[in-house]
Amino acid sequence: MGKSYAEIIMPYKDKKGGLIEAFHALQREFNYIPEEALKEAARIFKIPESKAYGVATFYSHFSVEKRGKYIIRMCESAPCHVAGAGEVLKALEQYLGIKVGETTPDGKFTLELCECVGQCQAIPVITINDDVVLSVSPERIPEILKKYE
Amino acid sequence: MNGEKRILLEYADKINPEKAEDYIKVGGYKGLEKARKMKPKQIIEEVKKSKLRGRGGAGFSTGMKWSFVPEHAPVKYVVCNLDEGEPGTYKDRIICEKNAQALLEGMAICALAIGAKKGYIYCRGEYPHIVRLLNNAIESAKKAGVLEDFDIEVRMGAGAYVCGEETALIESIEGKRGEPRFKPPFPGVEGLWGVPTVVNNVETFACIPYILTHGAEWFASIGAPDYPGTKVLTLTGDINNPTYFEVPTDYLLSDVIYKLGGGIKGGRKLKAVQVGGSSGAFIPPENIHTSIDFDSMSRIGASLGSGAVFVLDETRDIVDVATRIAKFFEHESCGKCNPCREGTFRMYEMMQRINAGRGSEEDLENILVLSRVMQKASLCGLGQAAPIPIETTIKHFREDYMRKLM
Repeated sequence: MGKSYAEIIMPYKDKKGGLIEAFHALQREFNYIPEEALKEAARIFKIPESKAYGVATFYSHFSVEKRGKYIIRMCESAPCHVAGAGEVLKALEQYLGIKVGETTPDGKFTLELCECVGQCQAIPVITINDDVVLSVSPERIPEILKKYE
Repeated sequence: MNGEKRILLEYADKINPEKAEDYIKVGGYKGLEKARKMKPKQIIEEVKKSKLRGRGGAGFSTGMKWSFVPEHAPVKYVVCNLDEGEPGTYKDRIICEKNAQALLEGMAICALAIGAKKGYIYCRGEYPHIVRLLNNAIESAKKAGVLEDFDIEVRMGAGAYVCGEETALIESIEGKRGEPRFKPPFPGVEGLWGVPTVVNNVETFACIPYILTHGAEWFASIGAPDYPGTKVLTLTGDINNPTYFEVPTDYLLSDVIYKLGGGIKGGRKLKAVQVGGSSGAFIPPENIHTSIDFDSMSRIGASLGSGAVFVLDETRDIVDVATRIAKFFEHESCGKCNPCREGTFRMYEMMQRINAGRGSEEDLENILVLSRVMQKASLCGLGQAAPIPIETTIKHFREDYMRKLM
């Protein structure tokens, strides 16, 4: 077993404004913020659960829904849009057999849309967890995802 | 050469941005050393004299901003805005990757000027590698002893464009939803945890060491007289060299596209260029012979903003691009104020209708009315700027819209 929710959250307890840092730490462990972890965070930071939930759902990188081991984010901002993000997205959906916002049945991949990730030197861009993949094309999808399978 | 002028990026790829020693070897931390021998007021005067204006988009005088901080407040903060979220912008990332120590030095000089002991860098969640780089850079600067008792902490955002707005950014550092505050009070008086706070962009801070080292007159003599210095630009879209450049601020937009950018891909013609990210105006080809500085851009109804230059060639469907941008703002509106929350939603709805060939002339007129309301009544820059790309495409490319109407 890994660390308990409280063990993950506690190091940020005395950090001013540490709730978001604690959420990052939880996501590094689970890729989402489990409901019980959110409740634990509210208790530790002495704020209502509704407030903690409000913060967790404000930011697009945080999720209160279970997600896969790898989160694939497709940038659809204007520069990636004109560079063909739409086709790449279609190819990703087809290859993974899921729609945006869904997770593959084996729990490996979650597909999300995102806005500009600031890697516009070679677009379109996807990110897979912390990795940035540049100049993505529909044909390259199988080769790119192979590394994570 | 191509007319680039590198100050912040002079030693790009020649020094390790994480190592204070590397930076010191090329003249780094001399500005801070100089500042330590000056009175706080003298430092602020020097920055004012340099005429440096904010590089995040608003173009406000940096020295003026610093001078608003009350002298006798017991606790104050220096905050660096590294939340660059304007689509097509990555200049702050480049500045960190090439010259992170200059950012730290700039923050330390600001701390001396306003009397702060602690600084925060708010780094966007999309840049986890920059968080690591900055933490190493801070550790190296501390080991070298250059920061003395000034402490810098890096905080990471989590994917919210609105956090680039300084009060939303402050809320986010405080661990809350990143919703903008009402102003006044401005952060200079009541900022992070209610105390006086200076929030500046990465590029703004990175200019400071060079101003102190080489003098305000030297800086003020570079580029456009009312917006002096250099600007780091990032080129995207249908351009041959989609990369970053640092140019003097009186550099022409047409030269950015045709000299630095190497012209339009495939030898095609220019349709439009959007400067400053998704919140920027679209500029038609007849207006590109303009200097990129803040005021020149304003004069043609555009804005320099973050310095992103997004080029579209003649084959592009500008209504489709504007629709995509409307979706961006609908997604990124924080929902705090009505004009932006409802406005971005309705704007996207109407744009989708028009883009799908189901829109009417009435939609077009309604968009223009809504645009005025949002610009006047939205709480922060997000809602105020959201309709600008749409309004300017209607203004300059009305026939493209007319072709799609029912």
